[in-house]
Amino acid sequence: MGIISSIGNNVEENYSALIQGKTGITQTDYLETIHKDTLKFGEIKFSNAELEKILNLSPDHRFPRTSLLGTFAAKQAVENAGIQEVNEVPTGLISSTSVGGMDKTEKYFYEYFDNESVRKFILSHDAGETSHQIADYLGIKGFVTTISTACSSAANAIMLGARLIQSGQLERVIVGGSDALSIFTINGFNSLMILTDGVNTPFDQNRKGLNLGEAAAYLVLESDSQVKKANKNVLAYLSGFGNANDAFHQTASSENGEGATLAMQKAFVVSGLKTGDIDYINAHGTATPNNDLSEGRAIQNVFGNTVPVFSSTKPFTGHTLAAAASVEAVYSILALQNNVVFPNMNFKTPMQEFGLVPQTELLEREINHVLSNSFGFGGNCSTLIFSKS
Amino acid sequence: MEKCYINGIGCVSAQKTFGAGFLDEVEINTTDNVLSAVNPDYKAFISPGAIRRMAKGVKMGISASQFALDDAGIAMPDAVITGTGMGCIQDSEKFLKAIINNKEEFLTPTSFIQSTHNTVGAQIALNMQCKGYNFTYVNGAVSLESALLDSKMQIESGEAKTILAGGVDETSEHTISLYKLIDLIKDSTDAPYDVLNPKSKGVVLGEGAGFFVLENKKTANTYAVFEDIQMRNTLSESEVKPFITDFLNSNHLSLSEIDAIVLGNNGDSGFDHYYREATSLFSETPQLYYKHLSGEFYTASTFGIWAAVQVLKQQQIPKVLQINKITKQQYKSVLLYNQYRGKDHSLILLKHVDV
Repeated sequence: MGIISSIGNNVEENYSALIQGKTGITQTDYLETIHKDTLKFGEIKFSNAELEKILNLSPDHRFPRTSLLGTFAAKQAVENAGIQEVNEVPTGLISSTSVGGMDKTEKYFYEYFDNESVRKFILSHDAGETSHQIADYLGIKGFVTTISTACSSAANAIMLGARLIQSGQLERVIVGGSDALSIFTINGFNSLMILTDGVNTPFDQNRKGLNLGEAAAYLVLESDSQVKKANKNVLAYLSGFGNANDAFHQTASSENGEGATLAMQKAFVVSGLKTGDIDYINAHGTATPNNDLSEGRAIQNVFGNTVPVFSSTKPFTGHTLAAAASVEAVYSILALQNNVVFPNMNFKTPMQEFGLVPQTELLEREINHVLSNSFGFGGNCSTLIFSKS
Repeated sequence: MEKCYINGIGCVSAQKTFGAGFLDEVEINTTDNVLSAVNPDYKAFISPGAIRRMAKGVKMGISASQFALDDAGIAMPDAVITGTGMGCIQDSEKFLKAIINNKEEFLTPTSFIQSTHNTVGAQIALNMQCKGYNFTYVNGAVSLESALLDSKMQIESGEAKTILAGGVDETSEHTISLYKLIDLIKDSTDAPYDVLNPKSKGVVLGEGAGFFVLENKKTANTYAVFEDIQMRNTLSESEVKPFITDFLNSNHLSLSEIDAIVLGNNGDSGFDHYYREATSLFSETPQLYYKHLSGEFYTASTFGIWAAVQVLKQQQIPKVLQINKITKQQYKSVLLYNQYRGKDHSLILLKHVDV
């Protein structure tokens, strides 16, 4: 696995911040927005120029920030998996993004007409182009696609990867997502009035909304036969997955959490596990009034009175949109590897609608199965279950 | 393993593809460099208030999908899987203009809400209260193809019995003007345009939506069997022929067993050599093209597949689609090849329902 987020530039740094309770939510150093002083973000403290240098890109490259972050994390995942020759077995890339190259489009929207030197970025706007750039950088020749289902996107990329391996079409697939902060998304979420002016407080009675973040994270999924053949060290198993649609509202979740309930139930069917097998839920927990109520109800629908230990890691990273589910997949695997539950920071007061209290301190205990939720606009609900190797 | 049948189709395009008939009446436009889709009667599918609010892509998507479902006699599919290369670009532009022009102030969320890539898939699900699996693929010229691959896997594995899958892309003013800046769209002075004998860079841009009902069972309405699909992110010119022959080999077919090849020729002189490579394998085969009718867009293959399944069902090829003069007595296997600017190559194999 590979990751870059506001709490670290690799898996180890992310883990270290998670166990030390170090948040990545800060004021922005790079974005030119009128909300600079009022909003905080999970911002990665690398400029584009620094990322270009690290990746050793040629000066005429046309990578938007989403591609820079995505390439950074995907490269790390490939190295971490000990892959020398990426096309030695049928290998694919399934990436996800919500903004794609929007950072360039919003910057040069009118300038394109007068300044020929920036026009190379016109071709970098669409979401699929970011995946092509990552694939080309890694030298992947094969199946490459992109999923964009808003904030659940990366969970769906992971799910599709699993299907392609199960059906025998691929032996190996790099799955995950990347989203850079953009003025477009900040103003979109701000106009919906779901951004907090402080730090996000998931599952708290007085939660005021989310902090946006940026990140990229990728997993390398490999088939059983590839694991055996190459004697691979397995970090974890993706044992269950489920996707459903809430079909309630374009941007709001239903109060009874129907879509989320269905997604979790489907994941249990795929995994063959029982609800009692789950040791930790890494919740979507964005800290918007709507999400946490809907998700909490859904968790109660599925788990009844015996809700497992749960936490949202959004107070660390902010909501990283299309990358969130792959960021949290990495965290779920870290929880399995280290037998630890990461704290739901910033929580004070239980919500009045139910008595659900997240895990607020670091907890060490045996973890064998982690359930991770991700929900997005358009009613998109996804659940992944990771199990110890 | 279950078989995957195409049992219902719906297509909105620059031609009168919405409804009965198979290109009985076409308009060949060789002078405009952007082709608009013909609007169906949206009132049949969408409430008047929603018609005013929705961007064209959403309206085309909802109409085409409902048409396909009605065609197949399906009230509720198990899954809705959508492909779109550019997403909801009209609302994206609208929101972006508001941000820039008003310096991030006085914004309302409506166009942001509708700008999300999965808006069409979500609105389709919302309209019919479909709570099943719902994915949106956004990968250039294999956006629709990714949706079809996903659908096929789920039908074949038995996970789903009925899937609504399709693609949609709309044109938008600002993007059109940007595309003209970098010659993605043909210059107006290069008209008349001819997609088979391109003399200039770029394409005639189009828009449209096509949806297909895929099922695990044959019905009286079945158009074709969705036999196989394969994609490659990038190929060199010399890799096109092996890509095709390997695909046919894995399906135990020889070149001569392909009864018609549907090609995505879009008249871009910069990348036409890919199609020349593919075409050269099929000199004895009926060759079809369609982008002179639909224009080029990331999900233009909706039109190609729509046409291919009609060829299989009706066992005839309209003249307007023919590249060469070759025809056959019987059309059992049809192959489609598409790519855009040397990227996102795809092959789709469709078979007659009784093969």
